[in-house]
Amino acid sequence: MPDAFGAALLIARKDLAIEFRTRTAFFSAVVFALLAIVIFFFAWDPTAVAASDLAPGVLWVIFTFSGLLGLHRSFGVELADRALDGLLGAPVPRHAIYLGKAMANLVFVLAIEVIAVPAVALFYDMPLGGARGVAALAALLILAAIGLVAVGTLFAAMSVNTRLGELLLPMLSLPFFVPIVIPAAQTTARLLAGRPVAESIGWIKILLAFDLVFVAACTMAFPYTIED
Amino acid sequence: MSTPIASHAGRPAARATFDWLFVVAALLVVATFIRAIYFTPVEALQGPAQKIYYVHPPSAWVAFLAFGIVAVASIGYLWMKDLRLDRLAESSAEVGVVFTTITLMTGSLWGKPIWGTWWTWDARLTSTLFLWFIYVGYLILRGAIEEPGMRARYSAVLGILGSLLIPFIHLSVYLFRTLHPMPIIGKPSKPSLPNDMLETFLMAFFSFTVLYAALLRARYRLATDQAALEAEEGR
Amino acid sequence: MTAGVSAPARRAVEAEALVRAFGPRRAVDGVSFAIDAGECLAVFGPNGAGKTTLLRVLAGLLRPTRGRAFVSGVALPGGPEARRRIGFISHASMLYAALTARENVELAARLFGVADPRDAAARALDAMRMTPHADTAVRALSRGMQQRVSIARAMVHGPSVVLLDEPFTGLDASGAAALSNALGVLRASGAALVLVTHNLDEGLSLATHAAIMRGGAFVRYEPRGPIDPRAYAESYRTLVAPDA
Repeated sequence: MPDAFGAALLIARKDLAIEFRTRTAFFSAVVFALLAIVIFFFAWDPTAVAASDLAPGVLWVIFTFSGLLGLHRSFGVELADRALDGLLGAPVPRHAIYLGKAMANLVFVLAIEVIAVPAVALFYDMPLGGARGVAALAALLILAAIGLVAVGTLFAAMSVNTRLGELLLPMLSLPFFVPIVIPAAQTTARLLAGRPVAESIGWIKILLAFDLVFVAACTMAFPYTIED
Repeated sequence: MSTPIASHAGRPAARATFDWLFVVAALLVVATFIRAIYFTPVEALQGPAQKIYYVHPPSAWVAFLAFGIVAVASIGYLWMKDLRLDRLAESSAEVGVVFTTITLMTGSLWGKPIWGTWWTWDARLTSTLFLWFIYVGYLILRGAIEEPGMRARYSAVLGILGSLLIPFIHLSVYLFRTLHPMPIIGKPSKPSLPNDMLETFLMAFFSFTVLYAALLRARYRLATDQAALEAEEGR
Repeated sequence: MTAGVSAPARRAVEAEALVRAFGPRRAVDGVSFAIDAGECLAVFGPNGAGKTTLLRVLAGLLRPTRGRAFVSGVALPGGPEARRRIGFISHASMLYAALTARENVELAARLFGVADPRDAAARALDAMRMTPHADTAVRALSRGMQQRVSIARAMVHGPSVVLLDEPFTGLDASGAAALSNALGVLRASGAALVLVTHNLDEGLSLATHAAIMRGGAFVRYEPRGPIDPRAYAESYRTLVAPDA
């Protein structure tokens, strides 16, 4: 029998293979992100607010919503022909299924960001601050994405089984993204202003704590959402 | 050949309609308000607006108490799989949402004369708003699932995660910005309210807590009756 | 009931007063039976009789509300050890439409910890005569072919208990023959089968034990012995008529 991590990798690889084959969810999430980036620009008066001041806010709003779009698809694939029953019937621990789905979602969300972040930088004239700035932003994105995916994967598993279906996912998830978006946007703004990372350490600690608490809690909670 | 799982003692017809606890709670709240309006001095700086202290903080306290009980009942449910705990969580969440709504509305009413605006993105206000969103979401989730076992499991998961989220929201919103008056009795130094105001204030906390207990009990009984009826229909 | 006497050896599949409720509704309501390795229980019944729920409990996918169920002596829902012994063919294919037949079966083989997943998948697909279509995406296969892949998926790890929910539905003559053949091989190697169907002929041809299910309970249950198919069909009609 594969161990929990091995099983999780198998499941993640399977999800990514399916996504790579069909690509519909990825393309629609990317197009959505690009459209939103462009539309946001027209929501402000460019003479009053500099585009580069808007960039951090736009970045994290886009991050949240395109991330949600990616999570939708995660369990639809499993329920279409009840493939989830196949996973549940396999001799792998339940939390391995969650970790596998979450790892695939993490790759998915980060892949969207790889396109969305340069787009924000381009359209909003965002100074990335050289290699160090890019590295810091990338680390921040990964931290934020872990928290988003931890909670979002669990709620995606729950919402597909309800009468409201995917409508429920944003409603359940968005309050949980507040302690991700606020620290991430604050840190981004400081980084872009050329301030040292040390100034944002408080915010980064909140993000880290969020990731730790919710990865643990959601991993423990997941078995209750799929079996009875 | 099948018998309903709920006992017949829980059937609606079998229960007296007089809810003594609710009557006691109502009398206590009325007494608190009479004392607050007629027998407690008007605060010099804020004027009559300060009377909100006898509604707003006790409501917020009850909301927190209610959501705390949701979390405890949810953990209990996942542990023991007893549907009565699920009904307790459901009832407490509903009562909690009502008191959160009261907290938000009274806060807004007070904010207009004192802060000069109905709404401000103050930390406590914003946290309370998100609290409201989380538990309204909890109630909508419950409404979106038919099967009682699944409904109980899913809402228990959300009830627990919601309680873990509250400190994170509060911390991040607090660091973001705050202009709310600091708590007045939870401080380590002496409470900064004059004695007669403090007594009314504490009386308000007490009577609101009793009111919570009364509403929770009534709502819990309703949930029990609903389950018993569903069991009879399902037979 | 014949299952009442406790056998010294572990029974392959066993249910004791099994109940599964969804809220107040009892889908399975007091089912008891036991079969040994190499035996096959066929469960007949109209739609909504609780047959699928019974299989899902036996597959470890649903927790019994009351009573107990065992697979090779392990109480359900057991852990990974119990699940490893079970092969489950449900009326849904449990396949990923975007992946090929081979990828689907191989994934199952890997998740079940089969020693050589590539080889096992190829053999399972061959047993269902799917080798020519092994590298076609499941989405592009016909219903019947998907059903064959689904069967290969469920058997790739050599289960000792196979649970089948209407497995012949949608199969053509060649598919049905391949399935019968594969089930014969499994039984010869000591696997026990639980087969749910509303087709009496197919069920009785495989069964060593037969049950008629209605309203969540077995209203008739016996070892196959000398069952006269025509008399059994008559009995089935009288027993399930009120529901039909």
